[in-house]
Amino acid sequence: MARQAAERKTRKAAARPTDEGGASRDQLLAWYREMLLIRRFEERAGQLYGMGLIGGFCHLYIGQEAIAVGVQAVRRPGDQVITGYRDHGHMLVCGMDPREVMAELTGRAGGSSRGKGGSMHMFSTEAGFFGGHGIVGAQVSLGTGLALANSYRGNGNVAFAFFGDGAANQGQVYESFNMAELWSLPVVYVIENNQYAMGTSIERSSSETHLFRRGASFRIPGEEVDGMDVIAVRDAAARAAEHARSGKGPYILEMKTYRYRGHSMSDPAKYRTREEVEEVRRNRDPIDHVQELLAAKGWADEAALKAIDADVRAIVADAAEFARISPEPDPAELFTDIYVGVAR
Amino acid sequence: MSDILMPALSPTMEEGTLAKWFVKAGDAVRSGDVIAEIETDKATMEVEAVDEGIIEAILVPEGTEAVKVNTPIARLGAEAGAGSSPPPVTPPVPAPEVPKVTPPVQATPAERAPDAPTPPAATPAGRRTTVRDALRDAMAEEMRRDETVFLMGEEVGQYQGAYKVSRGLLEEFGARRVIDTPITEHGFAGLGVGAAMAGLRPIVEFMTFNFAMQAIDHIINSAAKTLYMSGGQITCPIVFRGPNGAAARVAAQHSQDYSSWYAHIPGLKVVAPYDAADAKGLLKAAIRDPNPVVFLEHEMLYGQEFDVPEDPDWTVPIGQALIRRPGRDVTLTAHSRMVGLALEAAEILSKQGVEAEVVDLRTLRPLDRATIVESVKRTNRIVSVEEGWSPMGVGAEIVATVAAEAFDWLDAPPLRIAQADAPLPYAANLEALALPSVERIVEAALKVCYR
Repeated sequence: MARQAAERKTRKAAARPTDEGGASRDQLLAWYREMLLIRRFEERAGQLYGMGLIGGFCHLYIGQEAIAVGVQAVRRPGDQVITGYRDHGHMLVCGMDPREVMAELTGRAGGSSRGKGGSMHMFSTEAGFFGGHGIVGAQVSLGTGLALANSYRGNGNVAFAFFGDGAANQGQVYESFNMAELWSLPVVYVIENNQYAMGTSIERSSSETHLFRRGASFRIPGEEVDGMDVIAVRDAAARAAEHARSGKGPYILEMKTYRYRGHSMSDPAKYRTREEVEEVRRNRDPIDHVQELLAAKGWADEAALKAIDADVRAIVADAAEFARISPEPDPAELFTDIYVGVAR
Repeated sequence: MSDILMPALSPTMEEGTLAKWFVKAGDAVRSGDVIAEIETDKATMEVEAVDEGIIEAILVPEGTEAVKVNTPIARLGAEAGAGSSPPPVTPPVPAPEVPKVTPPVQATPAERAPDAPTPPAATPAGRRTTVRDALRDAMAEEMRRDETVFLMGEEVGQYQGAYKVSRGLLEEFGARRVIDTPITEHGFAGLGVGAAMAGLRPIVEFMTFNFAMQAIDHIINSAAKTLYMSGGQITCPIVFRGPNGAAARVAAQHSQDYSSWYAHIPGLKVVAPYDAADAKGLLKAAIRDPNPVVFLEHEMLYGQEFDVPEDPDWTVPIGQALIRRPGRDVTLTAHSRMVGLALEAAEILSKQGVEAEVVDLRTLRPLDRATIVESVKRTNRIVSVEEGWSPMGVGAEIVATVAAEAFDWLDAPPLRIAQADAPLPYAANLEALALPSVERIVEAALKVCYR
């Protein structure tokens, strides 16, 4: 295993591009639509939570949409995605039915886990989505294990393991980095650095705040990426996936992003200012950015964008209604799916 | 003139193979010189000379197996007297090459218990095998049968297993399927679970279950619960295995019995075999099981020999206890190494006119409650034996089961034998005081019989 140390460099993000970066009209429109679907879906989830239809924890993805969508753009059939509990957006872009996702949030029989997982624990083998994990950092080891399976089978697939700046301080992340590089496993680590681990800012939690450098002592290359720019995300994800797929091992992408909402639904919002949030919303919003690009290229007028919005709102309204009327799981479900092949 | 004695590599070693001599009669040695190499099924060690002198005689030729600890293996004379020393008593004879890696299906006579009679022509359904080799055979057979089965853990490959359980597997299956991991339990347990979620069948070896404490989050939160949380979509066919419980003289951090910890968790199956046949049959069943299985072995059983059926399709179903000794007077429940103690206690009790029925639990989850309850309905008395602590333990569960389901049959309050409620001490006398013993089992059995 010859290693070329020169290749193992880390690099900081370039300035935000102002053109479409080679994306076609159809691609840009599709990304716009997906990001909008996530945002409208999450807004509705927040409403349903307020109405008492969703319980427990509910971590919204609003503000971070460009990451899930941009990475999805380079995914190939068979590539796996795994993430933590801020997972709704990832599930939607992986192709899970918004009805099933919303009904899982409301804990109903029509949910993707038949109501037994909830917001943080959803999966779809069909969509290659492996969760939805509630233990901070666990998805990094598990995702590396998915990559181990790809390597074992030699199937050419890549695992994308998403985690936050908070999870980046967990020990198992570095245990996984070590083995992934040691065994050249095809895994892309996508750090969604939204600057706050719950209420603790990265400056207060991390001795090295440039998380893309965290792989350096394992010889894993890393890049800082503007996670509010779907094109930059796509380009970086393409480089990372190519690296992993070609047998060179893992790759780290630090996506600089921001969540507009609280950590979960109950959030004191005392750890950052309203102005800070507003500043990002006004100047760095990932959806506005694509809208501007579309307008600048003359690829979509206001009517076209409104039509997309109406379409997305209809999907979300349908999902919410399904999630409201879907029955609660049958009491017998209490004892199903504990063991394969065993009915208690 | 002095004798050089066969040394012990560990507190539990009783005998070993004198693999190689580096000196011959007439050679001068200085203290610190490596003079020989000895091997057990667990380890290999060089023997250094302690005193200076001339080797007068090699008393045990190289290649000799089953040399008892403290047997004189060579005679050392003072340098001045070298000339007058007699010729070597036992000239070194060329010994047959002792292969480092024992082929899986081959028992040499020397591997049998020294006092075992010549096996009868009509060999029973089994072949004498150590628990260690039975476990290895189970893994090898299942790896031959199913390409998705692989082994990962610390020192499982090149080192041949910290306790030599994986001896020969790297040679047969290669580094793709026998994966040496760094010392990183939390991480490699997570990788194993992830690979299982992707459809492979990993066997994750922990050097001991004490170290699995670092990985217990993945065993419970990731492996045991994901099937449920995914509404049946994500399966996790994985085996976590390794030695559990007290070894000898390794003190509290290396000696814990985790039986009740894992048996507490819905979604896990938990197996703890006693003899080699069960070790093999249950491990094969565990590897084939579509659920996560915690497979608790015992270091002090690894070297013990039992009959093991040779049919590669033979397995032992998970979830069934075994009555190892029928008896009418008192039920003794036990698992893993405690079964041996219970059987010994039953022999002693028998001489005193008390016939104990020994129930080997074999599987702790799902627990075979029916066999326990039926036994108590016959004997009306029960003593549970476990190596771990009694509070919230396996015995507590058994006694609760009996109280709920056989209350009217009980003629005496049930008793529990367990480890003393203290961290396991290092000092030999305290360690012996802390662990369950045959004497304490006998005493408890007599007590529930009001004798």
